[in-house]
Amino acid sequence: MTPPELEVPLLRIDAVTKRFGGFVALDDVSVDIRPGERFGLIGPNGSGKTTLINCISGAMHAEVGTVVFRGEDITQLPAHIRTRRGIARSFQIPRPFKSMTVAENLMVALDFAAIGDDFVVAAQRRDTVMSILTQTGLAAKADLSTTGLSQVELRKMELARAMATHPKLLISDEAMAGLSSSEVDEVLDLLIKLGGQGITIIMIEHIMHAVMRFSERVMCLDAGRIIAIGTPDEVMANQRVQEAYLGT
Amino acid sequence: MSRNSIRFWIGATFFLVAVALMTQLISNEYPFFAAYGILQFIVLAVAWSILGGYAGYVNFGTSAFFGVGVYTAVFLFKATGAPLGVQIAAAALVGALLGFAVGLLTLRMQGIFFSIATIALTIVIETSVTNWRYVGGAAGIQLQRPSVMAPFHSYVQMLFFVQAFMVVLAIAIARYIQNSWIGRGLQALKDDEVAAECTGVPTLRLKVLACVISGALMCAAGAPAAMYLQYADPSSAFNLNYSVSVLAMSLIGGTAHWAGPVVGAILLGSTQQLLAVTISSEVNVLVLGIMLVLFVVAAPQGIIGLVRRGRRHRTGDKA
Repeated sequence: MTPPELEVPLLRIDAVTKRFGGFVALDDVSVDIRPGERFGLIGPNGSGKTTLINCISGAMHAEVGTVVFRGEDITQLPAHIRTRRGIARSFQIPRPFKSMTVAENLMVALDFAAIGDDFVVAAQRRDTVMSILTQTGLAAKADLSTTGLSQVELRKMELARAMATHPKLLISDEAMAGLSSSEVDEVLDLLIKLGGQGITIIMIEHIMHAVMRFSERVMCLDAGRIIAIGTPDEVMANQRVQEAYLGT
Repeated sequence: MSRNSIRFWIGATFFLVAVALMTQLISNEYPFFAAYGILQFIVLAVAWSILGGYAGYVNFGTSAFFGVGVYTAVFLFKATGAPLGVQIAAAALVGALLGFAVGLLTLRMQGIFFSIATIALTIVIETSVTNWRYVGGAAGIQLQRPSVMAPFHSYVQMLFFVQAFMVVLAIAIARYIQNSWIGRGLQALKDDEVAAECTGVPTLRLKVLACVISGALMCAAGAPAAMYLQYADPSSAFNLNYSVSVLAMSLIGGTAHWAGPVVGAILLGSTQQLLAVTISSEVNVLVLGIMLVLFVVAAPQGIIGLVRRGRRHRTGDKA
């Protein structure tokens, strides 16, 4: 087995800087994500977590620095191309296609993202959708409108829709915020299960026990800079992380 | 082909055969002259909802596209004496190009900005045509219809059949889009553009595609209008009334299904025709306004929405 440091990273973020007017949201951020890794991203509100994943998923473009995915420079690619290359995400506030049923939401992903090597034949589409919904515990809701879903179901639907794009990298943006503790465990189990299928996952989360249980490696951002990166225990023990979270 | 498609094409064929028979059996020109306007509105409304309904981008530039269609035909006829078929095909091509240009320039903007840009487009093009001497300028231009082709007996009847054919074509295209991946993509971006983009939907490309198809159909619908009236002038060809009427027809009919704009155009088109003949052409604008307000308040999903709700209600009762 190759030692981790010699492995080609799935995603390389190299010296990425993003400004909004005079405000520096990301300041020279560099990190490599290894294939199959479960990566936790933490940091206080406004520290640049969502901006970073926006720069990875293509919702925003980094002004300085490069984003390299599977050896390809994707810094300037639009979001839909990145999705087709294998980067999927969920949103902090769920963004379902409201006029569609749960199954139709996933169909959009099959139509537009899961093309190429994972092309899904028309006849198998429904089966593919149902198997993803079964895996995410939404099979019973397949033909219901998304407007009737509860919060936890919406979060699962977002993850299911992301899964339907056949991602190699899944970014979960606070999929557990505002959920009850049993619901947090449900979503967490789901993410761990997906990670077990060889999908690399970046999880942004405020709920610490979830981050600790989930992550193999954790990175903490504060004011757009990386202040700590390492195993969950190392990062939690870090003085600056504790200051950023608890204040001094 | 699915059973639904077979039914659709049988219906379309019946419609065209019926129209052809009518042109042979009824010798009075007036019914055709009156109904032509309704057919024209059906094409415009169906074309409008490809972008305005499926993608949710409200286009106020229907009259710009319509007028460009009219003047493409006028120009070609005056310059080369091109036959009707060529006029329509050329208008469709010009409409597609115009749709592409407008789409590329304005569809990066979301919502209201696109709508404002399309109003500006109408004014810019109308002003240009008004100052274009070759096609008559502000005074307009008289056109002498060429002789009619067999099997038709009058030019108006022929135009009626041609416009009926375009109705079928427009509906077939709208129906195809609605049921295909293009329709699902447009629906997704209408619901949430950011989420659609992150689900792999090439939002800009799809919007421009919808704008191209919609523009081509609108221009094509306008092309025969010059021959229909034997006259064209900028202020009627680019009349904002087309934009407002077509928008009202689509919204009142409902935009979630291709049948919505068809129903809306038939309903409003014939009401307008009737009011214009019996009372005055000013009253029909008033009626249009009142109906639009009523529907926006009471049935925002249009007639299609009402029908669907009624159906769900009935099946719900049974269950």
